[in-house]
Amino acid sequence: MPVLLDPTSEQTLVERERLARPSTLEGLTVGLLDISKPRGDVFLDRIEERLVGIGANVKRYAKPTFAKPAPVDLRHQIATECQVVIEALAD
Amino acid sequence: MTGNPDTAPAPTLPNGLVIIVKEECETCQTVVPVLQQLDDATELTVYTQDNASFPSAPTAVHDADLAVSWHHEIETVPTVIVVRNGVEVERTVGWLRPEWERLTGIDGLGEGLPVMRPGCGSMSVDPDLVDMLRVRFGASDLAARRVDVADAEDVMEMMFNRGWTDGLPVVPPTEERVMAMLAGTSRAGSDIVATVPPDLVDISVEKVAIAAVMAGCKPEYLPWVLTAVEAACTDEFNMHGLLATTMPVGPVIVCSGPGTRAIGMNSGGNALGQGNRANLTIGRALQLVIRNFGGGRPGEVDRAAHGSPAKISFCFAEADDTSPYGRLAGELGIDDGVDALTLFAGEGPHCLVDQLSRTPESLVRSFALKLQTVNHPKLIMMFDAILVMGPEHARVFADAGWDREQIVAGISEHLNRSGAELVRGADGIAEGVPEAFGDAESLPKFRPGGLMLTYAGGGAGLFSQIIGGWVNGDKGSKPVTRTVAY
Repeated sequence: MPVLLDPTSEQTLVERERLARPSTLEGLTVGLLDISKPRGDVFLDRIEERLVGIGANVKRYAKPTFAKPAPVDLRHQIATECQVVIEALAD
Repeated sequence: MTGNPDTAPAPTLPNGLVIIVKEECETCQTVVPVLQQLDDATELTVYTQDNASFPSAPTAVHDADLAVSWHHEIETVPTVIVVRNGVEVERTVGWLRPEWERLTGIDGLGEGLPVMRPGCGSMSVDPDLVDMLRVRFGASDLAARRVDVADAEDVMEMMFNRGWTDGLPVVPPTEERVMAMLAGTSRAGSDIVATVPPDLVDISVEKVAIAAVMAGCKPEYLPWVLTAVEAACTDEFNMHGLLATTMPVGPVIVCSGPGTRAIGMNSGGNALGQGNRANLTIGRALQLVIRNFGGGRPGEVDRAAHGSPAKISFCFAEADDTSPYGRLAGELGIDDGVDALTLFAGEGPHCLVDQLSRTPESLVRSFALKLQTVNHPKLIMMFDAILVMGPEHARVFADAGWDREQIVAGISEHLNRSGAELVRGADGIAEGVPEAFGDAESLPKFRPGGLMLTYAGGGAGLFSQIIGGWVNGDKGSKPVTRTVAY
């Protein structure tokens, strides 16, 4: 009976539950993360207009480049300053 | 394939004279009368490796599992060992009468025999057995989790079912194979090589060796695989981004140095194609590390819109020994004669056919026309490219006395175009450079250093290959060059 060696990283991932979806965005701070793809700002400008219209506070963020994961500091900043985040993914 | 490792301590040798033999060895058969002589005269223990009843006299102890031979590092039979207080004092190998007489203190050994006969290889170093023995007596070195394959399970199908393959079959990573692979490097199996994206977990030499086995590598390729993994998992190379992008790109490995020839890499005919084990399996091992260890799989973090066959494996050697203009690694600061590889974030190769140019002036124009098309003829500076020039094209430059710098400068000169040609909307094409560049008189296709020249290919064919890149620089990926550590 063959015995093989495991090629994976043998990690057991911790599953975390998502936060409950808020019933309203009024008075909440919504972070808009631009990943720095062309025209992502066009999409996020319109989203900001709509959110402000329903009483949300909006904060804008941007990744230095779409080609790399968001820096840890940026993710931490968004997590501490916002209750909700929306990411503009692509062109 | 393997039982449990035998972790028993090394067997202690009995005091007196110990001689290890095997029947298959003619020298061992020759010295049988000497063994009888010694058995009469002194305290003698004979171990036999193959046939338990050889020699017929004196009676031998059968080293059936080769534990004595393995632990006492017997490389040749016969080996004569003098043991006092359970400790080896001295040994000799083969048959050399004066040496046996000196060691045993007994004169007149083996009268009528030739003075000298070389010994034979010990079964404990038999290439067909050594991997199994290494596991039997030393498997505790391996840290990876063991996965039992059920008797009724087909091992190849089991590996497909677990998602361990890139779509092609992989070699089962047994303990024997992984230990044999680890013999290809001087590094300890527990050494950490890199932190592998996207899951960002530290990978050991042993886990890289597992991927190398699965990819089909030979042990001598392992240092190249380790170096490629190190280079891929740097911030500059940005393997995470390369994996996550929708573009059809992957790590292209350009190898050079005498080591490429020592391990049989192909830099000649079909260097970028199939048929060479080292080229294909080194590139594949890196991708299997990213897939199986890093967790980067198509449809998950890998979001490529089309992908590319080059993402299974894309690795080749430069013919730096015959190149008329040196090698890429040399341009990037590596000394001559040092084995090195460069990782480039690139797509599959595109062929440039020019069978009529016989002057450098004509050929650089041809190259420039083709290079304009990298990713899009109206997009510039964002993407690097590797030019793999074939010998028949390179000869045109060599005959005219052009060096590397002149070739790159010559091509680049013909790559410059005005902003008006490249701007968005020009030629009725929406794609292009932003309006701000519309008035520029002359814009280069590549950033400085962005056009990299290499030399490989078969001796016949007036062709070269272009490997287009992904987003370059700080925003994307920079080529990473490393010397190969053995």
